[in-house]
Amino acid sequence: MKTDTIAAAATAVPPMGGAGIGVVRISGEDAILVADRVFFEGSGKRLADQESHTAHYGHIRDEEGVIDEVIVLLMRAPRTYTREDTVEIDCHGGAFVMQRILETVIRNGARPAEPGEFTKRAFLNGRIDLSQAESVLDVILAQNEFALKNSVRQLSGSVSSEVRRVRGEILHQIAYIESALDDPEHISLDGYPCRLKEIVSEQVRDIEKLLKNSDDGRILKEGISTVIAGKPNAGKSSLLNWLVGEERAIVTEIPGTTRDVLEEQISLDGIVLRLTDTAGIRSTEDPVEKIGVDRAKKSLTDADLVFYVVDSSTNFDESDAGIIELLSGKKTIIIFNKSDLAARTTPQEVKSLIGKENESCRFVTVSAKEQTGKEELCEAVREMFFAGKIFQNDQVYITNIRHKAALLDTLASLEQVKQSIDGGMPEDFYSIDLMNAYEELGKITGEAVEDDLVNEIFSKFCMGK
Amino acid sequence: MENDTDMRPVSRLEESYDVVVVGAGHAGCEAALCCARLGFETIIFTVSVDSIAMMPCNPNIGGSSKGHLVREIDALGGQMGINIDKTFIQSKMLNRSKGPAVHSLRAQADKADYSARMRRTLQDTKHLTIRQAEVSEIITEEMVQNSCERKQKITGVKTVSGAVYHSRAVILCTGTYLGARCLTGEMITHTGPNGLMAANHLTASLTAHGIEMLRFKTGTPARVDRNSLDFGEMVEQKGDERVVPFSFTTNPQDVQIDQVSCWLTYTNEETHEIIRKNLDRSPIYAGVIEGTGPRYCPSIEDKVVKFADKDRHQIFIEPEGRNTNEMYVGGMSSSLPEDVQHEMYRTLPGLRHVKIVRNAYAIEYDCINPNQLLPTLEFKKIRGLFSGGQFNGSSGYEEAACQGLIAGINAAMSLSGREPLILDRSEAYTGVLIDDLVTKENREPYRMMTSRAEYRLLLRQDNADLRLTKKGYEIGLISKERYEWVCKKEKLIKEEISRVSRVRVGASKEVQTLLESYGSIPLNTGTGLTELIRRPELDYGKLAPIDPERPELPDEVAEQVNINIKYEGYLLRQKKQVESFKRLEKKRIPVDFDYDQVQSLRMEARQKLKIYQPSSIGQASRISGVSPADISVLLIAMESMKVIERQNNSL
Repeated sequence: MKTDTIAAAATAVPPMGGAGIGVVRISGEDAILVADRVFFEGSGKRLADQESHTAHYGHIRDEEGVIDEVIVLLMRAPRTYTREDTVEIDCHGGAFVMQRILETVIRNGARPAEPGEFTKRAFLNGRIDLSQAESVLDVILAQNEFALKNSVRQLSGSVSSEVRRVRGEILHQIAYIESALDDPEHISLDGYPCRLKEIVSEQVRDIEKLLKNSDDGRILKEGISTVIAGKPNAGKSSLLNWLVGEERAIVTEIPGTTRDVLEEQISLDGIVLRLTDTAGIRSTEDPVEKIGVDRAKKSLTDADLVFYVVDSSTNFDESDAGIIELLSGKKTIIIFNKSDLAARTTPQEVKSLIGKENESCRFVTVSAKEQTGKEELCEAVREMFFAGKIFQNDQVYITNIRHKAALLDTLASLEQVKQSIDGGMPEDFYSIDLMNAYEELGKITGEAVEDDLVNEIFSKFCMGK
Repeated sequence: MENDTDMRPVSRLEESYDVVVVGAGHAGCEAALCCARLGFETIIFTVSVDSIAMMPCNPNIGGSSKGHLVREIDALGGQMGINIDKTFIQSKMLNRSKGPAVHSLRAQADKADYSARMRRTLQDTKHLTIRQAEVSEIITEEMVQNSCERKQKITGVKTVSGAVYHSRAVILCTGTYLGARCLTGEMITHTGPNGLMAANHLTASLTAHGIEMLRFKTGTPARVDRNSLDFGEMVEQKGDERVVPFSFTTNPQDVQIDQVSCWLTYTNEETHEIIRKNLDRSPIYAGVIEGTGPRYCPSIEDKVVKFADKDRHQIFIEPEGRNTNEMYVGGMSSSLPEDVQHEMYRTLPGLRHVKIVRNAYAIEYDCINPNQLLPTLEFKKIRGLFSGGQFNGSSGYEEAACQGLIAGINAAMSLSGREPLILDRSEAYTGVLIDDLVTKENREPYRMMTSRAEYRLLLRQDNADLRLTKKGYEIGLISKERYEWVCKKEKLIKEEISRVSRVRVGASKEVQTLLESYGSIPLNTGTGLTELIRRPELDYGKLAPIDPERPELPDEVAEQVNINIKYEGYLLRQKKQVESFKRLEKKRIPVDFDYDQVQSLRMEARQKLKIYQPSSIGQASRISGVSPADISVLLIAMESMKVIERQNNSL
């Protein structure tokens, strides 16, 4: 039987830290086909034509362009971990890049692997030997006592209770239809399609809400994308080095398409920030520098949070004013750097400028050189974080890419039910898609249903192993 | 020489057969016919040869989901479909307003004719012997086994008279006869259905062989004199104008007969009041009944208690045959005393002056806990002992017949050393039924229902031949000719679907007129014929006038073409569900798998697995009390053991 092709990050996606190189693994009958759709080698040769167990240098691209430069390892069945055709993409291990590569791979024909699915396949294909099987067993047994509790907690309580609620409702409808089919005398389906359509539409809205928040959830999990902006020489890089250095949490530098934007991940008092340093922003005629400035402006637009670094030892000038314009509507923390030097610009001054544009911004005074003021910075981020200035805390977040896929499938199935109702299909057709939706949601709550049963088996350990 | 006779050992009758079938109801008949047709010398026992294939309860075959079972029996080479096609007096395709998955055929049988025809079929079958006698014991011998577990092997049966029938396989289809007890109010008789003799000896022998018995209960309504009914007060229920036969072998022309009518009436508040007033005289509510009854086939007193808010219940008055005055009062089974029955039936419109011919009664009987069976319907503990029907804890003629057939097939396969026939949940309702019986905990008589079949869009009654004929042919119950027709049919369907997919329809006047005549939106531009077929108000047949290239095809092919095109998306999605189901089913658990060796299995799971001895991981995962985590442990353990085995072998 044809097995579908799966993909996942085979190294932990680092929210707080991790390897400098990340591996995205694709396994299954179409692994090489999928890889060829996203991987582009300089001379244009295709992986499908290459020998097994070879490495290839090139780029991963999507419609928008190059995502990363990578080394791709091509391994044909059966001499692979899963005993299926396997392609491993060695990329720069930042969470963001890995995520994008993974999403690109999935858009091109793979589906997200269930946790532990590679091991499951290795096992089901007879690849794993006794001792490995035993170690797998250990993991599962450990799971029962400790880790299970952990993962349940990890899955935000509100997500699972929301998913469970919708799922319970779907089950109720399935049961209603089924019992009406078996006992038409006592249970009537008159007018039911209209009722069901309303119920399903409501559920579609619920799922859409969960999905809409899933990007916020991703931010929560992967960190807040934070741009450090400021005039040249305001001390942006020293701020970055200070924050990164002390945390010793350098994940990677990503010399992607832009040589002048650096991304680092740090954990600031438990809050993950994805820090991007930008070229200093000023008006310039130099075409090369202009490109850097434009890019800095763009990353500013995309950011969740801006650290606006002001050199308090210099005078506030028109470059600052230009930046402040860009900050309009952005969550911003204004950092007065070089507090070790005599102040020439005061918070009051900036406040009066920025105030009407951006009321929610906060002010912090630090010295990157003396390494003082970090606590205030933490405090400011935390306040923005927990005071709901960035996120609504009562929102339900989906953080897991697998869960997101399950929600998308649920949505598709529910839409299908609506279509069946609109198309005047008989009631017994509804349950096929309702059952699909029910099962997909079960994947999120971990309540085993049908084909979930074996998927559950290896689901308790980390992705991609 | 005096008293010579005293010196002689008591002589007794002793005969040998390949297969012994105990009971000649719907399960027993299928089992015996199947074994005999496959060439095995078969003897079938019944407590009364006059009651072969008797229908002691409702006078119909088929109905929602049960009609599917009959079609499946037919596709595998069983008799039920053929027999009802020859003896029905009214037929209806139920649920026509719903999707094709829940269309289901139901026919009213002439009960006496049904029974007589089946008897004739048995009589006329080579290698089959009919014997009236009560089987009182099964005979087994210890099998030589290397493990510590003792296993027995069947060697025959003994009858009450002491006669011994040696055999290599025994199929128990005792229905509701074992230890039967009938109750009508305070009146209790130790008889089988319809006042027939009960079989009172076999249970003790089974128990002595370590078989766990349960006690179930069911019931039947009164039969009333048709001459005492006022049909003007009831709603007539006619059969279909165009009757569809059950059997794929029946020529549809042969079933276009004059049909008789059924009649619909309702209970009312007065009825319910009488029932409520007399509940204390019902053996069930008085606590006299020990057996567990079916929830989904409730007695009228159950309905009145459970659906207290309903002011009426449907009652169907159905003829029991062409040559009898008896009418079946469907929906009104009861164990209330006869005076109460008399009073309550008379409250119904049309039954004001009713005369009861036979009382309603409840019946209790011994059956087994079916978790002692393999999916082949062979006992795990006793090699060669099979069982089917109500003895396995099911209810219904059709449920019984399909089990009898599967038990018969597998007895025959086992005797000839061939692979058993196990249908899975994605292949047949029969597979769902047997899997449910042997895997799930059954606390009441099991009835087939459409909701039990997860993949019902693929398990339609209209495609049972396409699903199962090949298997019937391989077993040897289906002729080559019939099999080849199904292959050809498959090919015709495929070709026609592919042809239709290439047909373009333009917005011509002829097309627009046709569309309008069915209330379908006219075309703006050309479209595919496939798209038009998918419109709810249209179908393959209706579009024939605008499809000039269409070849002449039999109705059954056209029907499949229509369904496959119309519901393609749904069929594909259901097939995907089946694929993931199959992955687990294919992971087989060895028959002698030692669960005690898997120390990491939780105790509850280990016990359950030891009892049920599932044949696949899929089956194991359906056992209540076995969690997904247990399954993972089991999978890994199985793999580990295989590795150990390989290592040992290589040493």
